[in-house]
Amino acid sequence: MNGTLTTGDISGATALGSIAATEKTVFDHIHSWLVTVDHKRLGLMYIIYALVFFVVAGIEASLIRIQLAAPNNHFLSPQVFNQLFTMHGTTMVFLVGMPMIFGFANYLVPLMIGARDLAFPRLNAFGFWLSVFGGLLLYFSFIGGEGMTGAGSAPDVGWFAYAPLTGKAFSKGHSTDYWILGIMIGGFGSIATAANIITTILCMRCRGMTLAKMPLLAWLNLIMCGMVLIAVSPLTAAQIMLLLDRFAGSHFFDTQAGGSATLWMHFFWIFGHPEVYVLIIPAFAFASEIIPVFSRKAIFGYPVMVGATLAIAFVSLSVWAHHMFTIGMSSTSNTFFAVSTMMVGIPTGIKIFNWLGTMWGGKLRFDTPMLFSTAFLFQFLIAGLTGIMLAAAPFNWQLNDSYFVIAHFHFVLVGALIFMIFAAVYYWFPKATGRLLSERFGKWHFWLFLIGFHMTFVTMHIPGILGMPRRIYTYEAGRGWGIWNLICTIGVAFQVIGTLIFVINILLSLRKGRPAGNDPWDAWTLEWSTSSPPPEYNFAEIPAVKSRRPLWDIKHPSDPDWKYE
Amino acid sequence: MVMAGLTQQGVFAAEKIDPALVPSVFAPESVPAHSISHLAGLVLAITGAIFVVVAGLLTYAVVRFRRRGNDDGTEPAQIYGSGPVEAAWTTVPFLIVVVLALTTARVIHEIQDARKPVAALDVQVIGHQWWWEFRYPKLGIVTANELHVPVSQGQDRLPTFLELRSADVVHSFWVPRLAGKTDLIPNKVNSMWIEPERPGLYLGQCAKYCGTQHAKMLLRVYVDTREDFDRWVKEQKQLAENDPTAAAGRLVFERTACINCHAVNGTVGNGRFGPDLTHLMGRATLGSGALTNSLEGLRAWIKSPEQFKPGVLMPAMNLNDADLDKLAAYLATLK
Repeated sequence: MNGTLTTGDISGATALGSIAATEKTVFDHIHSWLVTVDHKRLGLMYIIYALVFFVVAGIEASLIRIQLAAPNNHFLSPQVFNQLFTMHGTTMVFLVGMPMIFGFANYLVPLMIGARDLAFPRLNAFGFWLSVFGGLLLYFSFIGGEGMTGAGSAPDVGWFAYAPLTGKAFSKGHSTDYWILGIMIGGFGSIATAANIITTILCMRCRGMTLAKMPLLAWLNLIMCGMVLIAVSPLTAAQIMLLLDRFAGSHFFDTQAGGSATLWMHFFWIFGHPEVYVLIIPAFAFASEIIPVFSRKAIFGYPVMVGATLAIAFVSLSVWAHHMFTIGMSSTSNTFFAVSTMMVGIPTGIKIFNWLGTMWGGKLRFDTPMLFSTAFLFQFLIAGLTGIMLAAAPFNWQLNDSYFVIAHFHFVLVGALIFMIFAAVYYWFPKATGRLLSERFGKWHFWLFLIGFHMTFVTMHIPGILGMPRRIYTYEAGRGWGIWNLICTIGVAFQVIGTLIFVINILLSLRKGRPAGNDPWDAWTLEWSTSSPPPEYNFAEIPAVKSRRPLWDIKHPSDPDWKYE
Repeated sequence: MVMAGLTQQGVFAAEKIDPALVPSVFAPESVPAHSISHLAGLVLAITGAIFVVVAGLLTYAVVRFRRRGNDDGTEPAQIYGSGPVEAAWTTVPFLIVVVLALTTARVIHEIQDARKPVAALDVQVIGHQWWWEFRYPKLGIVTANELHVPVSQGQDRLPTFLELRSADVVHSFWVPRLAGKTDLIPNKVNSMWIEPERPGLYLGQCAKYCGTQHAKMLLRVYVDTREDFDRWVKEQKQLAENDPTAAAGRLVFERTACINCHAVNGTVGNGRFGPDLTHLMGRATLGSGALTNSLEGLRAWIKSPEQFKPGVLMPAMNLNDADLDKLAAYLATLK
């Protein structure tokens, strides 16, 4: 470290910012971002990191869809196809979903609870850079991971990496090792950040903000981070066991030496299912902030929303084996996991009804964030209903591992999560940059993406029902799958164009966007009380609140919320 | 049900498709597949009704409560929640879940705990990278990729019980019109049963990602009438054909590495790593569905398996053209 930096370190993050401002070389700018411990900068870096990988994973998905557009297509070899679906899934979950939700949590939680930063700013930076390192290590496998097919091969074992396909006997070379280590290192980062956010929410809320007066976003991120702590550890443990199998001669999953293939499945899904909720709860959080503001009404049933989320989190820890209905569990186990999975539908339904209740009797403004949120409600409803179909274990024996499942979870992860991430970007972009995104581009983005999404993923249910398994690089003509796959692929083009418009919108609006002011949406939570972008210390004076909507109280002194809560 | 309608009609006009070969889960022809499609019908009806109600309410809210052009700019009435309303929309989903849970539990029990009749046919299914081995222990038959089972019609019920194992990684046996899928897991013995009610060919394939050629691990199940099945069993039990005109080809087979992996009953070939070839020509496809089985197909496949199934574990034998011709001619005699 050089002298300037040390000085900066001692006098805190503020000094670093002023260095960057006074000396204007590009390197100083980069340096200030590299060493920052500011939650807003780290949050933005998480989000940008996730957006970059979102584009990468989108390219992978597009290649997959081109290959599947027609029967007996020879666009990709099976080896490359298998790498692409493995990397697409792994990337979307670990390098897009996780950093994206942590980025928003990082940026928003301190601002919304009236804090100046996270509880452990250096741990925060550590978690971020670990995630970056994990992601880059995973992608380095494209150059360095000698796999089944010689030098430079990415992992090709699927994103849930079932044993014993990952054993030395079946996965030679090092591509699987890159998968294990890249994800494991990212997992350490996730645990660090989750612990950090939990501590921040529990210990650093501003005066007057009891747990019951927190914005729902803070509540839902608290629950999400609790689930991260519970869910990520089993995956890390299983990955360590797999590494021992591959390098130290142990036999946890080595079936040729008496190991167990189902043990990996249990380990993976006791991570994997809560992980789905880890990803979707932040989408709920965005919806719970955006829908009220654009309906001009307080959230309907706040305590019930918190309770329902806690219920979802709790029940979701007991449903993992619904990914394993076909592995030959006893009828008792199958019944238990079918019923517990259906139970999740109850609190989930309650949440949808409460958002509907929020809109009911409001004055709905359909700016881009609300457009995406409205689509989210419909799409999440469909995702939930196909989820109930999949929970009926015998029906699952047909649908599991088919394209129906792919359609179902893309309704969750794209139709709900990605749509709400778009909503959140449109909603909070003015806060982070001081400029609004263009509404005109926003509407193009929304409609193109909506049409493309439904062309691809509504259609995708059908080949699943017609018996098309997932993860096949090609299929025969004459099975009735061709036309549906073609429609799915055409839908991708719309999504690609929509995403391009989104990226262009961001780049143009950064320079030329309409100035936002502090509070462009006439909103009610604390982040809108400070400047856009907020100063490094967030609030000149730590605010004090009396209700869940402090800015409503200020704007309506004669009719404040705290009278009713 | 709507899906079943879709699949049966119009859609097939464009691509020439025989509806009987579309492995639709809504075109069941076997007892467990029927149970599942009935359950699926109920689940679809309930979830469909929920969708209509909730999506209807959402659409109504979006249209009715959108801000009008002549809005006065005031905030609407703030409503923070309602106990009775929350109670109502908690209770109704709960009751729906109870109905679904009980129905599901019944069907799980009905399929999974079904008693095995004494007369049932037993077949062992062993998954390999990337082909299926079928063994009929009571009949002494070993074959591959194309399963023959008898039809179960009228009073004369004859289900087939499959015992599922894997020789390497996890696979999954899925023939949608006959039953749901069950995984083949190394170190674990699974079972499932089918009871097909109509003769015919039913297509399926491996449903669990199992490596490079997961896509070409296709399954064909021939449901035969009793007479056809008995004839097939009789043929399969015979020793391999020993046609003197193909003796030269048999010599090639016995003197190259073929025999390390493949068995032909009555020759020195007794390998088990690849499919048993004793009655090879009784099968319609090669390479687990990678290409059609014929003299030309055999020759091309042996010359370069990689061309039809990249990543396949069978190596090209680098035989000269003369040996290739002899070998293919010999294999083509294995009726």
